[in-house]
Amino acid sequence: MSTNINLSRRTFIKATAFVAGGLVIAFSIPYAKRFMQKEQAAAPGQDKPLPVPNAFLRIGTDDSITVMLAHSEMGQGVWTTLPMLIADELDADWSKIKVEHAPAAPDYIHTAYGIQITGGSSTTWSEFDRYRQAGALTRALLIQAAANTWGVAVDSLRTENGFVRNGEQTLSYGQLAEKAAGLETPTHVTLKTPDQWKFIGKPTRRLDSAEKINGTAKFGQDIQFEGLKIGMVARSPVFGTTLASVDDSATLKVSGVIKVVKVPTGVAVIADHYWAAKQGRDALKLTWQTEGKEKPDSAALLKQYSALAQQPGLSAAKAGDTAQALKQAAHTVTAEYVLPYLSHAPMEPLNCAVKITEDGCEIWTGTQMQTTDQGAAAKILGMPPEKVMIHTQFLGGGFGRRANPRADFVSEAVEVAKAAGMPVKTVWSREDDIKGGFYRPMFVHRASIGMDADGKPQAWQHTLVGQSIILGTPFEKVMIKDGIDATSVEGVADSPYVKDLPNHQVELHTMPSAVPVLWWRSVGHSHSAFVMESLIDELAHTAKQDPVAYRRQLLKNHPRHLATLNLAAEKAGWDKPLPEGIFRGIAVHESFGSVVTQIAEVSVKEGQVKVHRMVTAIDCGLAVNPDGVKAQMESSIAFGLGAALSSEISFKDGEVVQSNFHDYQVLRMKDMPKVEVYIVQSSEKMGGVGEPGLPPVAPAVTNAIFAATGKRLRSLPIANQLA
Amino acid sequence: MKLNINGQDTELNVSDDMPILWAIRDIAGLTGTKFGCGMAQCGACTIHLDGQAIRSCVTPVSAAVGKKITTIEAMQDDKVGQVVQAAWQEIDVVQCGYCQSGQIMSATSLLRQNPKPTDADIDNAMSGNICRCGTYQRIKAAIHEAAEKLA
Repeated sequence: MSTNINLSRRTFIKATAFVAGGLVIAFSIPYAKRFMQKEQAAAPGQDKPLPVPNAFLRIGTDDSITVMLAHSEMGQGVWTTLPMLIADELDADWSKIKVEHAPAAPDYIHTAYGIQITGGSSTTWSEFDRYRQAGALTRALLIQAAANTWGVAVDSLRTENGFVRNGEQTLSYGQLAEKAAGLETPTHVTLKTPDQWKFIGKPTRRLDSAEKINGTAKFGQDIQFEGLKIGMVARSPVFGTTLASVDDSATLKVSGVIKVVKVPTGVAVIADHYWAAKQGRDALKLTWQTEGKEKPDSAALLKQYSALAQQPGLSAAKAGDTAQALKQAAHTVTAEYVLPYLSHAPMEPLNCAVKITEDGCEIWTGTQMQTTDQGAAAKILGMPPEKVMIHTQFLGGGFGRRANPRADFVSEAVEVAKAAGMPVKTVWSREDDIKGGFYRPMFVHRASIGMDADGKPQAWQHTLVGQSIILGTPFEKVMIKDGIDATSVEGVADSPYVKDLPNHQVELHTMPSAVPVLWWRSVGHSHSAFVMESLIDELAHTAKQDPVAYRRQLLKNHPRHLATLNLAAEKAGWDKPLPEGIFRGIAVHESFGSVVTQIAEVSVKEGQVKVHRMVTAIDCGLAVNPDGVKAQMESSIAFGLGAALSSEISFKDGEVVQSNFHDYQVLRMKDMPKVEVYIVQSSEKMGGVGEPGLPPVAPAVTNAIFAATGKRLRSLPIANQLA
Repeated sequence: MKLNINGQDTELNVSDDMPILWAIRDIAGLTGTKFGCGMAQCGACTIHLDGQAIRSCVTPVSAAVGKKITTIEAMQDDKVGQVVQAAWQEIDVVQCGYCQSGQIMSATSLLRQNPKPTDADIDNAMSGNICRCGTYQRIKAAIHEAAEKLA
């Protein structure tokens, strides 16, 4: 069945010539949701025309096809996936595809979220129609241009690999681009059927590979131009405290240091290069106003959170009479789970280059949230947002850190450049990154589950304690309902294990704190899946049932869960014996519209855990680039396993204890298991792939550790808990 | 100070204690070598000094005087480097890509010293190079692939 799309009703399309000659296709799609109404209203001049080529696709007279990415490439592969969508509808020559990050502009606003954002594992599903439409529309214009040129009917022409053909006659897309630019845009296009796809659904190599292996790919960190100075900011070691005094006399003597300026977040040293800025900053003598301020301490926080977890909180989900049902249960499992603060620690430390002129401001950085950063910069500078140009560079990892509703590193860079009175690139050291906040929040969960005589759960009481990511941000109005931040309780309040029970109660204590928190790859699922899938393992053990068989029974009305569970169990050989000393654990979790099962094979020797193999099965609906999906599963395993084994941010006397990769440990090659990924052939609605692989990693591993040792790990990281 | 970078003698106005990383990035303008941690913990800054893989973020320029600095920018002209880069593309290793310059420099150095590394050899040689995207499995496969091509 072909997909007919009435473009006129949904979109405003422009097909125009661009300065260098050729065809530009621009779309304006009304925002699906006014997600950021507050921000939109606060930003003056949004409706004015923008001084940018707001297009999705440009065809040059040299046959080049330039795809503009409305989303940021941060490793997840959208630099390749989105062009695949266009190439299929356009019948493009893949070798002619070039890719560019789009500027910050209304045309590139997320089709579902209403701001320009790369997050929520949403790029591919949210652009599946828009980018295919751009390709189909362009193809229709090129065919019309060819038909006009040859004086033949459109129906007699076909397209192939970058050419329009009429029997033996051909015209390349580049030859037709200028003629096509003058044509009226069609109001209907017919999208291809899956059997006509050449790219979608086929493993496709990345388009950004060559430049990333020869050192030419430009990350924000690599921005250099005449007059651009380096800035490093000294920030308070205790969150929420302010500067008391500055002595910069030693700093100003450091060769290469230009000046020292105060900014809202601290003191910035401006220098000719990083080494001078670093030495200059090290030489600053600063005191901070910390008296009477909150000084977080991990041990005290744990005590406080644990106590609260036994008190009633705000209701996030409720059915039946859970207290009564728990009293009547044949067996009850009650357990407390603890998860630490975590840093994203992307390989590329944060940085942002800012050049302010009389006419506006230019910003070069790797960001996941262009329009938010643009709005924040505009507000600081007192100029309309369209005067702020954002040049998105490749992101050296994001994992959520570069998607900050508070626009922290961009706002600070703008403040620094403004105070310095010259173009400045702020660079964070690794210590700044690890100590700089915006962590995955610490969480304590406490659950009591009542089971019947057969071991089936009948009632589920679950209390969570932790900070809200959303509270105090512009997203608060939309994402916090009745005091519940949906990202705090996701994976519990909406869990099929919980929702299917006639008696359940999920409650939340939202903790106030000056410690800045943020979404960390898979957000709330990063802690909730560990708790839920560990609890299910505890129930299976109490019921004396096999963990896979037990889950099959509980998930019998959830076909996507079952499909991944069965596929992973089959591929891992769940029913077959393992080599001596190796034990298995399983976990299944739904997040971001996809379901993933992970099976871990683990050994424990002298307290040391070794994960030998991970078998992954994912149902993400259509896998546009199956090799990309596999890469994201491998990536999620490495990211999730590193955190599970050894990552933790802790506080002592108000300060962050960890500082760099020696004490904030992440996964290294020697600990990378063999990963096998299997994709469920699925016709379900498309889901995400960047995050859903991660949540079931930690519980699969700790469930395997339980199988190996009989010890139930109820906190992360695993670290030396088995020693 | 005179430094030999990628076969060219280059005069750089830098202090003795400046790490090679910042001399090649901020002074010479060669940005392919990356800053990741500043304390030899992540390997993003790996370069070759007289053919040996070193962490340029903790090695002062004074240690490079009279020696040859080789960076990722020169790997396409290096026999082993070319093969390693081709294997990286064949296996489609990269994700965000930020660590890959360092990974390739470490892998190239490994293959020069050990043309047929085992998995354990690779783990030993490469565990100083962090990849937050977790491309380790593909890096290992690409090193094996390059070793086969070089044999």
